[in-house]
Amino acid sequence: MAAPEPEAPTTAPARAKDHSPWNWLLFIPIVVPLIPVFFNGDSPRVFGFPRFYWLQLAYILLGVSTTTLVYQMTKKRGDR
Amino acid sequence: MWRDHLTEIIVFTFLFLLVSVMGFVAARWRAPKDMAHLDEWGLGGRSFGGWITWFLVGGDLYTAYTFVAVPALVFGAGAMGFFAVPYTIVIYPLVFLVLCRLWSVSHRHGFVTPADFVRSRFDSPVLALLVAITGIVATMPYIALQLVGIEAVLKTMGVTGESALARHLPIIIAFAILAAYTYQSGLRAPALIAFVKDALIYVVILVAVIWLPQKLGGWGSIFDAAEAKFQATAQNPNDGILLNGNNQLQYVTLALGSALALFLYPHSITGVLASRNRDVIKRNMSALPAYSLILGLIALLGYMAIASGVKPLPGSKPGTADANTVVPVLFDQQFPDWFAGVAYAAIGIGALVPAAIMSIAAANLFTRNIYKEYLKRDASPAQEANVSKITSLVVKVGAVACIVFLDPQFSIDLQLIGGVIILQTLPAVALGLYTRWFHRTGLIVGWAVGMGLGMWMLYQVASPTRKHFGGSAFPLSEFGFDTTRTIYVGIVAVAVNLAVAALVTLALRAAKVAEGADGTTPDDYFADEGDPRVTPGAERDADSAREPVA
Repeated sequence: MAAPEPEAPTTAPARAKDHSPWNWLLFIPIVVPLIPVFFNGDSPRVFGFPRFYWLQLAYILLGVSTTTLVYQMTKKRGDR
Repeated sequence: MWRDHLTEIIVFTFLFLLVSVMGFVAARWRAPKDMAHLDEWGLGGRSFGGWITWFLVGGDLYTAYTFVAVPALVFGAGAMGFFAVPYTIVIYPLVFLVLCRLWSVSHRHGFVTPADFVRSRFDSPVLALLVAITGIVATMPYIALQLVGIEAVLKTMGVTGESALARHLPIIIAFAILAAYTYQSGLRAPALIAFVKDALIYVVILVAVIWLPQKLGGWGSIFDAAEAKFQATAQNPNDGILLNGNNQLQYVTLALGSALALFLYPHSITGVLASRNRDVIKRNMSALPAYSLILGLIALLGYMAIASGVKPLPGSKPGTADANTVVPVLFDQQFPDWFAGVAYAAIGIGALVPAAIMSIAAANLFTRNIYKEYLKRDASPAQEANVSKITSLVVKVGAVACIVFLDPQFSIDLQLIGGVIILQTLPAVALGLYTRWFHRTGLIVGWAVGMGLGMWMLYQVASPTRKHFGGSAFPLSEFGFDTTRTIYVGIVAVAVNLAVAALVTLALRAAKVAEGADGTTPDDYFADEGDPRVTPGAERDADSAREPVA
């Protein structure tokens, strides 16, 4: 990629502020809910819900916990 | 007859009038010193904290039409309609970091619309104009569809008439009130009303999912009743409570494509830019899925309607059924009158919040990227605010006219198209936030090809009742593949758009065609609240690169 070179060294600390290995975790709740083999079935049923429905609703928890974790781990400390 | 629904009508009208008063009072809520500025009228002073943003963006994304149409789809097609759940799960991690960058660069440069950003980033008024027009065209039918949501409720309450005017009079009055307080209070009106809307929705849905399954013999028998209905009807081979081999790809690509499109819509971006800082956005990306849970439960109302034997009310033409009335009829059958009235008010008010935000977003696009760019370059902030206020009125009149004078099916078709065309701004707006590798002309050519291909594919899609524009599931056999699988049109169109943009970029770079100057610096994408380098008023559109400041 021929993205513009960061010309001034002043930009480096700002970039560092937003880049974190924790961000890679965000791929989990993007990819997992889009794999039909996991959820496209009837059994087991939970409270009468076929797997198709309870598992996809459970993915909401996956999404919430991942974004919360990434937010907490990448939160800027002390400088605001 | 409406007399049988008198209690419902009284409760509905009372709650509707209550939020109308709130809409007018909102002008004084968190009042600015000077309302005559687009930042104040159109973005609520860019000052909303976590809670307000949560209600505002939630009220904005999960619209009345969604609440009516998603269960209607589940009622008619089964599992396919549940795509709304994975769609609204993957969206937040997907845009978690992207929106922060957009917020930062917009905060520092005073951008109000996505087209403002594109103009400065790629130094191309033409590309910005295309992004603005795409946004306006995609938003207009969306506003009209909110009216379809209100109409489904009114129809169930028996508020109908013989002539077209009598039938539409309640909607015209409702939108006139909405237009008046949006004109006066700007984005503050929907932000305040969103509290009431969401409180009502949460109460109604919690009651519905606890109370109705008990009456209908438990969740297990609700799903069994749905399965039995889909087995019994043979006209659509792809319905059922699970997906089959043919529509899995469609399900996944539709969820992903819709997720990619959602935050390209101008009204979603308006909600995000109105927040106070990056932290508010990040926290909201974790908190907004609460609405996805509600949406998932609302989708299941479609099965409850099957289990309780709901028959949708007849459509506007003889012999057709209006599937959108499924949920209102279910409430009418199962709830006591007064609570059905509350539920209808939730849907009705649920239409007002997004309709207000969408009209504001469309008005901002017109003001910033057409009026200021082409008609009056030296417009003052007060003039900008004024033009936006008037445009928001015009937009609403247009939406009402669409519903009154045209077949509502036309708006539904347009909204289907809207999702596909707004995706074509992805390379310029979303990827543009990360890289300036694409050449501005490459992006324009890619946009044009993506639009053309998307429209052609949508035209080819047939449904059991229609020859063209029958949906967004494109049969891969049309491309010559030996399969019965289908795929979401938008994903294919945007992939081709990207490929074309990349090829044209390489060609233009080889030919050394000028690329224009980038009006933003890498540092802009990380600016936060209290940033000392926020560009004030008049210099906002300065295209020249700024001096790096230590």
